[in-house]
Amino acid sequence: MNAAYALPDERGHFGTYGGRYVPETLMQAILELEEEYKKAQADESFQKELQDLLKDYVGRETPLYFAENLTKYAGGAKIYLKREDLNHTGAHKINNSLGQALLAQRMGKRKIVAETGAGQHGVATATACALLNLECIIFMGEEDIRRQQLNVFRMELLGAKVVGVQSGSATLKDAVNEALRYWVTNVEDTHYILGSVMGPHPFPMIVRDFQSVIGNETKEQYLEKEGKLPDAVVACIGGGSNSMGMFYPFIKDETVRMIGVEAAGLGTDTEKHAASLTKGTPGVLHGALMYLLQDEHGQIQEAHSISAGLDYPGVGPEHSYLKDSGRAEYESITDEEALEALQLICKLEGIIPALESSHAVAYALKLAPQMKKDEGLVICLSGRGDKDVETVRARLGGKG
Amino acid sequence: MNRIEKVFQNLKQNNEKAFVPYIMAGDGGLETLAEKITFLEKAGATAIEIGIPFSDPVADGPVIQQAGIRALEAGTTLRGVLAAIAEIRPIVHIPLIFMTYMNPIMAYGIGNFISDASGSGVDGLILPDLPAEEEEIIAPIAEKAGIEIIRLVTLTSPLERIQEIAAKGKGFLYAVTVNGITGARKGFKGELGKHLERVKEVSPIPVLAGFGISEPEHVKEMNQHCDGVIVGSRIIELLQSGELAKVEELIASSKIEEIKL
Repeated sequence: MNAAYALPDERGHFGTYGGRYVPETLMQAILELEEEYKKAQADESFQKELQDLLKDYVGRETPLYFAENLTKYAGGAKIYLKREDLNHTGAHKINNSLGQALLAQRMGKRKIVAETGAGQHGVATATACALLNLECIIFMGEEDIRRQQLNVFRMELLGAKVVGVQSGSATLKDAVNEALRYWVTNVEDTHYILGSVMGPHPFPMIVRDFQSVIGNETKEQYLEKEGKLPDAVVACIGGGSNSMGMFYPFIKDETVRMIGVEAAGLGTDTEKHAASLTKGTPGVLHGALMYLLQDEHGQIQEAHSISAGLDYPGVGPEHSYLKDSGRAEYESITDEEALEALQLICKLEGIIPALESSHAVAYALKLAPQMKKDEGLVICLSGRGDKDVETVRARLGGKG
Repeated sequence: MNRIEKVFQNLKQNNEKAFVPYIMAGDGGLETLAEKITFLEKAGATAIEIGIPFSDPVADGPVIQQAGIRALEAGTTLRGVLAAIAEIRPIVHIPLIFMTYMNPIMAYGIGNFISDASGSGVDGLILPDLPAEEEEIIAPIAEKAGIEIIRLVTLTSPLERIQEIAAKGKGFLYAVTVNGITGARKGFKGELGKHLERVKEVSPIPVLAGFGISEPEHVKEMNQHCDGVIVGSRIIELLQSGELAKVEELIASSKIEEIKL
């Protein structure tokens, strides 16, 4: 299958997953987006504009760093970190926000709506909008606003309007609902910058493509350093954008294990987790068929994770497909394990990772000792942890 | 002939307009559903749209969202609603149309759902998150079982697309009258009348207007350009506050014949 991997199909399906389960009012907008995206892909000046901004504004390429101390600690495979935390705005989200903001500009849409969980996508989108002089409105769950006060203020400093969402669990899922409702109402002059590889086609494809810069750079950098491909790439998964960006360029390289790490929250044997692939079943939410946390009646369940960015009860359709096909593996890490990994990498490498990325670190630390010393794995360090310092301090009771 | 087709044929013969109220199944407890249905039928409803609650209703505004939350808190399930419909179906003569999102149906199992819905006497389905691009997942099975998929067209659908959707349409075409979600509005775009007339021109089946319609004046205004209206949020509010006379008045507003000079 992998040599021929060419998904999504022309109807936006990854096997049975994906699709366009949206109100008719949005159909024109997403068909237009698909059309415009195809043109932009073939347009050298668009690609150059994006490349230039990624280089000079975002600071790409990001380093692929050999974490020697972490490697020694784990006592197995060589551990490399893909440093997406060093991007402008502190996470991989800007790769997609900038690309989509440029697309919006191309389509003549001057208004942007977006959802955000941890606030990283909101900050990245507010940043891209400031740069390109686009109006920006961000929907964010009240629970996340409470957890991520600083990011709210950042977005406001950047000129965005942040709207609190109280419905449901007041987290990312509910922010997406409100952003979709806002988009349906203002579709004629507004583009929705979806922040993950989810939602109706073409979003999962567009976000994956803009994030693929992560995997493409990793591949080149690893080849240069090690003269071969890594044996495994590991990334955390909420909706699944940093992991998809890391995985996609490796899909056809069958020797490379691709491992997505979901949030197990208090444990996958409890009801407080966000492990949609590990514990969920397929269903339709937010425009796509994908794995979801839901009850037997098809009502969506609330997800839980210490990290706001993983606190989502679904996972992108391409991940859903890769799970079923077996090409990618999906594991989960608890709040507790992520917190431990965060502290460890702080002390061993002097890097404070986001709580989201700490899930990938935690799993890599389990995996590396099972691998040979001449093998190597890459962790996608998707974001920096400055935004989480307060949460971590509260959890550790002020102790380090 | 499906009950929906039959009822519209009668309306046409009598030169009448349709009025389809929307209620949320299980709002106020599932035991109140039969009472609401019989009341609305007696008040003159052409058909009844019955909402099945879903946790994440992206096409709905605050009133229907809240009604859905109340229904879910009261323990409403699709299975329960189907049983309630089966029970009341023998004494209700007008079409009963389910309005819900794809996920509760997928969790039930599409094939099982269609077979049980058909057995309970459900006549049609409105699925706001199922555009033409995805409908083959359910439309062929539903139509084979005699359940009509009511398709939606909107202000953003190009005329050519409206034509394609209408050509496949069964029962009636649901013309969404605003860009946005369900819920009462003060007014509509000035061009709406013309839009509805264009839709009517290309549609081989009756065209009903819905979203944002809340007052007798809206009903009369819309009825000048189409074959009837669907009213949701306002009906839910009136039923909740017990203002049954106002519901009757709203439904009656569609019956008053236009006097053409």
